[in-house]
Formats: sequence, C-alpha cells, structure tokens
Amino acid sequence: MSAGLMIYNVLCLAVPFSVALLLAALGENFNQRAGVFNLGCDGIMCMGAFLGFMVPFTLKATPWAAYGNFLGLGAAMAVGAAMGVVFALVTVTFRASQGIAGIGLQMLGWGLAGTLFRHFVGGVTGVEGMAAIAIPGLSKIPFLGGVLFNHNALTYTALLLVPACWFLLYKTPWGLKVRAVGTHPRAADTMGIHVDLIRYQALMLGGAMAGLAGAYLSLCQAKMFSDDLVAGRGFIAVALVYFGRWSPLGILGGALLFSIAQSFQLSMQVWGIKFPYEFAVMLPYVLVIVVLALARKARQLGPTDLGKPYNREMRF
Amino acid sequence: MNRNKILYSGAIILAVTLIAALLVALVLFAIGASPLATYKTILTGPLSDLFGVTEVLVRSVPLMLVALGIAISFRSGILNIGAEGQIQMGVIASTAMALAMPHAPKAILLPAALMAGALAGAVWGGIAGWLKAKLQVNEILSTVMLNYIAAQVYTFLLRGPMLDPSELETGSGTPQSMRLPELAFLDTLVPGTRIHMGLILALVAALLVWMLLWKTTLGYRMRTAGAGAKAARYAGIPVERYLIVAMLMAGGFAGLAGAVEVSGVHHRAIEGISSGYGFAGIVVALFGALHPGGIVPSAVFFGILLIGADMTQRSASVPANMVLVLQGVIILSIVSAQSFLRNPYAQERFFRWFGRFSPSARKAGKGVQS
Repeated sequence: MSAGLMIYNVLCLAVPFSVALLLAALGENFNQRAGVFNLGCDGIMCMGAFLGFMVPFTLKATPWAAYGNFLGLGAAMAVGAAMGVVFALVTVTFRASQGIAGIGLQMLGWGLAGTLFRHFVGGVTGVEGMAAIAIPGLSKIPFLGGVLFNHNALTYTALLLVPACWFLLYKTPWGLKVRAVGTHPRAADTMGIHVDLIRYQALMLGGAMAGLAGAYLSLCQAKMFSDDLVAGRGFIAVALVYFGRWSPLGILGGALLFSIAQSFQLSMQVWGIKFPYEFAVMLPYVLVIVVLALARKARQLGPTDLGKPYNREMRF
Repeated sequence: MNRNKILYSGAIILAVTLIAALLVALVLFAIGASPLATYKTILTGPLSDLFGVTEVLVRSVPLMLVALGIAISFRSGILNIGAEGQIQMGVIASTAMALAMPHAPKAILLPAALMAGALAGAVWGGIAGWLKAKLQVNEILSTVMLNYIAAQVYTFLLRGPMLDPSELETGSGTPQSMRLPELAFLDTLVPGTRIHMGLILALVAALLVWMLLWKTTLGYRMRTAGAGAKAARYAGIPVERYLIVAMLMAGGFAGLAGAVEVSGVHHRAIEGISSGYGFAGIVVALFGALHPGGIVPSAVFFGILLIGADMTQRSASVPANMVLVLQGVIILSIVSAQSFLRNPYAQERFFRWFGRFSPSARKAGKGVQS
C-alpha cells in the first residue's frame, strides 16, 4: 500500500471522527467564553445520543419515519438546551461550585440515558442512521473529494459551524457580550449587560450543541446506542477548548488532531500492525493529558473569570 | 449558631431533599415504576435482616475509605474525581503483591498487600497532583482521563499477564486473576457473612483523617491551602507541595479501598470490582460535609442505597443505572444547597419573606432578624 493511499485512508476516517468532538467543543467554547466551566458536557452528550437514537427508533414503523432522523436531532438539541438550563440554574443562579456541579450533571445524564435505554429498548439494536451525501462535482476532486465531500449532512454542518461560531463570537453584539461576561462580568454589568441572562443563553446554546454532538455519535457514527458510547468524549471536548485557546479555529485543529490519532490507530490494526487493543483505546486519553500539559501557557488567553460565579451583591 | 440560622439551614435542607426526591420520582414514574414503592424498597429492603445489614456494611467500607481520601483532597483545594482509577490500581497492586509471595506469613503478607494497594493508588493520584502543581493541568480533566486509562490498563492486565492460568485451561475465559492465598484474606467479623476487618480499618482511618486535618500542622496547612491559595501562599505555605501531598493521600485511600475489596470480599481481581465506588465516594464525601464524622454515617447510608438499588433492579425492574441518576441529583442538590447556606443575603431574604406570614413578627413591627 502506498504512503499516499495510507494517508488518504486515515484522513477519510478522521473527518467523520472529529465531528462529535468538534460540535461539543464549539458549544463548550461558548460556555467557557461566558465564564462557565461546563463539565456536564459529557452527560449532555449521553442524553443527546440516547434521544438521537430513540426518536428515529420509535418512529421506525410510523408515517413519520422519513423525518425520524431530523426529529431525533431536534430532540437531542432540545434536551441538551434543557440540561444547559439546569446547569445554569445551579451554577449561575445558585452560584454553586462549577467543577462539582459538572460532575453531578455528568452522572445524571449518563445514568438517565442508561436507565431510559434499558427500560425502553433493552438490548442492542441498530438504526438506519443518516446516509452520506456526496456533494455533486466536489466529491469527484481527487483526494480532497473523498476526505471532505463524501459525508452525511451533519458533518458538513459541523464544519460550517466553525466559521459560523467565529462570526457569532467575534462579529456580533451577542458574541461581544458573551466574551465580556466571561472576562469582566462587573464591567459588563455596569454597561447594562444582564450577566446571568447571557450566561443562561450561552449555556443553552452550548448544551444544544453538546446534545447534537451526542446525536451524531448514535445516529451517524455508531448507528446504535450503548451506555459507553460517549466514553468521555465530553471531557475530551472540554480539554479541546483549552487546547484550541478558546477560538473556533483552534478547536477545529484540536478535534482533527484527536481524530487523526484515533483513525491512525484504527488503520494500524487494519494494516496488521499488532499491539494490545487496550492501549489503542487508551491513546486519546493519554493525548488529552499531554495536550493539557503543553497548553498551560494558553491559560492567559482564556476568559479571566472562567469558573467564578458572579454575584452583583458582593463588593469584591 | 443562632436559632434563625438553624431554622434557615433546616428549611433549606428539607426543601432541597424534597426537590431531589421529586426529581428522582419523576424519572421513576417515567419508566413505569411506582416511586413510593421503589423508595420504600431502597431504604428499608436492605435492613430487613442481619445478612442485609452486614452487606450494607460491606459496601460502606470502600465508600468510607474513598470518601475520606476525597475529603482530604477537596479540603486541600483539589477536586479528585479519579478515585475509580485509583481503586483499580490498588486492586492490581495488592493482588500482584499477594500472589507474588504466597508463602509469606500472614503478619507480613496482609499488610504488604494492603500497603501495595495504597501505594499504587497514591502514585496514580499523585500523577494528577503533580500535573496540577507543576503544569497547572486542570485536575478534574486529568483525573477523569486517568480513570479511563486505568480502566484499560486493568482490562489489559486481567486479560493478559494477570489472567488466571486455569481460566485458559478450562477455556471459560472469564477475565480474572488467580485466587489470593488465604493468608492474604482480611478476617471475617461475623461468621457466615461477608463483613470483614476492613470495617475496623476504615473506622480507624476516619479517626486518623480527623486527627490529621484538624489536629496537626500538616492538616492545618492543607486546609489553609484549600480555603484560599493566595492567602496561604502569603503566609509562607508552599501550596503546590500540599496539592501533591493531598492527591497522594486521596489516591492512597482509594487504592487502599481497592486492596480491602480484594482481600476482604472478592479474594481475587475481577472485572468491575470498583463498581462505581469511586464516583459514589464523591457523593458520600459531599453528603458527609467533607468531615470524617459525617462521612462514616453517610457511607452507611449510601451502602443502603446501593444495596437497595440492586434490590429494586430485581424486584421492581428499575435498571441499576438509576443509582447514577440518584447520585447526580444528590450532587447537584448538595452544591445548590451549600450556596444557599453560605449566602447571608439569601438568609436575610428568606426571613423577610417568611416574616410576612408570621403574625408575631408583624405585631412586633419587624421581620425576624438574623
């Protein structure tokens, strides 16, 4: 097998792998830019994955079957936004410690998805999922065509969301408010920005995107649901936001780096290079720690009030 | 603490408990189980006979040990979510130690196995502490990642190097290690049940942790570092060093919990041995107000919950994942309640609001003052 073909194979796998991480991390970026560190992302992804699977699964034999996938994605985004509101209630309104609350939300989402799945579905069942749409013309370009233009609709959406999120964050009044609220909430408050409201909105948006990321996993990638489908991708997404220095483009780079590492490891097994399966699975998690250790200088670029609840009644 | 403060705390705790119970009831209702019957099974089922009570205590031993370690780390300002992985490392190390010297006398073998477990857990926790202190790596993310890594290392070892050779012969292929030599077992306390010496060990550990945190200079410094890193640094406390120490201790307790599980209950390393104790330990520690005096009863309470949840799975077909839902809701409720309890304005507002309904306060012409 030529080296070129090997790279082609790795990249063809890497793009779809990156989508879930990308969507979740882009959403988490809004949370963190607004000053809220949402570790519950993983739990939201679990619930998104469950609903993204559940809705088309239930609608399979009904006249609604044709819309099943889109309704599933919608339901996943809705539940994600709802969990974002729950998290906002606890961390913004009640000003609870964000780290611990995030772990609580993660357990809640993970457990709830598993409980509902076991009750309503039970065993392992597949769904049809979303089919790949080759973009006419563009998919015929050698090399690039296969890598970029032969995926399902959600993959294209995720890639288009990178510039969209950049635009929203840097070129719109709302984006400016989000960044202000995460960097200096008191100044923002003085200027008449409703700090809590902006944080609620950011958490809802971030939650909806995490839900969508989860639905991508069950509906497009695995085409099934299980308890360990998400497998900590929500936490990896949180780490990617650090690695990407709180910018959508940096996050895209991070998501691609991770998925290339993962698809490279899968391809190695296909090529017959033997090493224990467990070590292959472990690779992305080790990579997160390495990446976080290397990204420590980026901290100064981050939102300065990240993780601090804002209380306008306190004088300092 | 004055009367109003107690009244206020009581009201908040009651309200939060009710809301949490209602939320969980909603989920139970959604999956077609009767919430009241489920609660009744969970809370009273495990205590219906002596065997049930001892099983609750068996579960509470690892919970207690893990929660003690987590309390140390939380008090020192580092959030250790990695107990699950630290337990598994402890299981591996203590099993390996006990299997390595099957002919040693009990007085050496048992302590060596337990120490090995604690040490391995400490190293695994220490990694996260070191990363936090030296490279400012967020400890929540690093410990979560170390959990996933530990799970893979554990599976790899159980399916490969540490697999019981007889499993290969019989071909059943259950991934588990060889059975420990009997000299490495913790003694049973009540014949015919599974309750073992680990309970005494955990209670002694609780006492030691209380002494460490509240009666020694080291503990004082650790709590200072956790309460305010800036002030602690200004007072000449090397905060970073105490972060590492705290994580070493937290990991050590989790590793010890793993070792105790092996030598007290399962007598060999099996898959799923940590069974969520690492996460439940966080809830136990928070529920016990991060104080050994609270952690001991809270560990027993969560022992009841875990056994009760197992029972509902069998009798009322409520999936075991429900425990995670319960834990998640409890964590969210506790942190919400805490922020209310700490907020003096909220208390004032509460009594202003409350005072409107109290005729005596109106007659006196003022709201109840805090």
